[in-house]
Amino acid sequence: MNRIRRETLRLFCANRPALFGLLFVLVFIFVGLFGSILVPADPFEMVAVPLTGPGMETILGSDYLGRDVFVGIVHGTQATMIIAITATLVTVFIGVTIGALAGYYGGLIDNILMRVTEFFQVLPPLVFAMVIVAVFSSDILVVILAIAVTTWTTEARLTRAEFLKIKEQDFVTASRAIGDRNLRIITKVILPNAMPPIIIAITLRVGITIIYEAALSFLGLTDPDIITWGKMIGQSRDYFFDAWWTVTFPGLAILLVVLCIALIGDGLNDAFNPKLRGR
Amino acid sequence: MMQAVIQRILLGFVLILGVIVLNFFLLQAAPGDVVDAMLAEAGGGDPELAARLRQSYGLDQPVYIQLIKYLGQVCIGDLGYSFYYDEPVATLILSHLPTTLMLTLSALILAVLFGTLFGVYAAIKPKGVFSNFVTIFSLFGYATPVFWLGMIVLLVFALYLPWFPAFGIRSIPEPEDSLERVLDIIHHLVLPTFTLAVLYLANYSRISRASMLDVLGADYIRTARTKGLSERKVIFKHALKNASLPVVTLAGLQLAQVFSGAVLVETVFSLPGVGPLLYESIMRRDFPVILGVLFGAATTTIVANIITDLIYKWMDPRIQSIT
Repeated sequence: MNRIRRETLRLFCANRPALFGLLFVLVFIFVGLFGSILVPADPFEMVAVPLTGPGMETILGSDYLGRDVFVGIVHGTQATMIIAITATLVTVFIGVTIGALAGYYGGLIDNILMRVTEFFQVLPPLVFAMVIVAVFSSDILVVILAIAVTTWTTEARLTRAEFLKIKEQDFVTASRAIGDRNLRIITKVILPNAMPPIIIAITLRVGITIIYEAALSFLGLTDPDIITWGKMIGQSRDYFFDAWWTVTFPGLAILLVVLCIALIGDGLNDAFNPKLRGR
Repeated sequence: MMQAVIQRILLGFVLILGVIVLNFFLLQAAPGDVVDAMLAEAGGGDPELAARLRQSYGLDQPVYIQLIKYLGQVCIGDLGYSFYYDEPVATLILSHLPTTLMLTLSALILAVLFGTLFGVYAAIKPKGVFSNFVTIFSLFGYATPVFWLGMIVLLVFALYLPWFPAFGIRSIPEPEDSLERVLDIIHHLVLPTFTLAVLYLANYSRISRASMLDVLGADYIRTARTKGLSERKVIFKHALKNASLPVVTLAGLQLAQVFSGAVLVETVFSLPGVGPLLYESIMRRDFPVILGVLFGAATTTIVANIITDLIYKWMDPRIQSIT
């Protein structure tokens, strides 16, 4: 096992684009953690004439309220990252739990859980999330739950498929024969072996969630007091013909981070499945 | 076969029923009810009037009776009433649907055609320049927020190069001639369709490239080649047939989104489709419309899924279980 893990790590590190992606994501996480210390300015403060272009005064220009776009992006990193990571964790938790239970127990439990999954799959994610936020509130917790509730089905199906494959193998039978409890078999025996595809799915999920949250923020359906990149784009919608920089730069930030996450995902994919390289 | 199809359709009905029940409870959870909306549109009213109205609408009855009534209403196509637009929700949605369908279907068709073509050509030379281009293109397709791409496209092709109109689906005033009117609508749809299609395309080319690579390694392809068939015949007649199954799956998933897949693009380009209807109704807290859109979108998905399953089964007889 350890040898395989080291081999996977070696393959990942040999993948230049993936390492580049990882490096960049680490930089963004660093900015997310320490951005407000490195750039201590208040992102809500008016610092320039509204809609000033990029230049000496403000590197990336100012928005319609004269707020510094660069400071907004730096400070928005934190909220963007926190929401994306939390929502991903909740999504994965729901999806993996339901998928694991369905795949492990099979029969009636599998049938019921998969019908529930099918039901959630027919509800279009973005529309359903918009409805949830409209009905309940645009509180940050509601937004995170709305993202999770509308997207967990992918992870559920993936986990179920892995569990169905692994539970027939000898080491699971052996574990059952020595009297291990179901919970232990699920979490300690099968789950670790189902991890590679789940890890890849989580990585890609973080990227999708960043874009998803940005879409909700763009529509103005998230907490008005929290700056995220999507919200910066949404708030500049009425002004972007006069000030391209107000939407271009926050969008580039999203594009860059998600691109790097995709590179990591590809790298993991190649490292876990060396035979499928280049697919 | 027949039995499986019937089973699939029955399951579809159960799912629709589930969506209606979900809708009902969301409507219950939403702040305010029909009477509040009516009185707000009418400019307020005293509590006594409100109580009388609630009684006449049956809002004072127990929840389960209201639920049964709601089910009955939806079954005869009554999705409620929007007091803001002063129109039934079903009529309202149907009047916004043509724009949305034109946009999503043309983007879907373009993406399937060109995506498959890109994928096939990339797979022929998996280490070639074009293949790398497809890989990078699909990475960008995954990472680009569609609403942002729409705005950039607007900046470039409506502002800096004023080739296309920036918003709406018709010019004001509208051209007299009916042919010109059609061309006018197409002119308005070019940028939004392009925006949507590019991101779809990225997906299709990646998937068809991967599945084509899989198929090209199969024994029967080598047999076809050793028989001396032309490369064109091998690829387009023998390989593509099997390689197109994942493309059909993806197209099915996107067909399921024809109703709701363009919410963001429509909003960016201010098209009078279902997306902006939903968005504006959310801003106004017009709940019958909001839930009507959710119902319409979910029903479309259910129907599209059944159709995709049937096509899939017809294309690949090896698939026995249809669900």
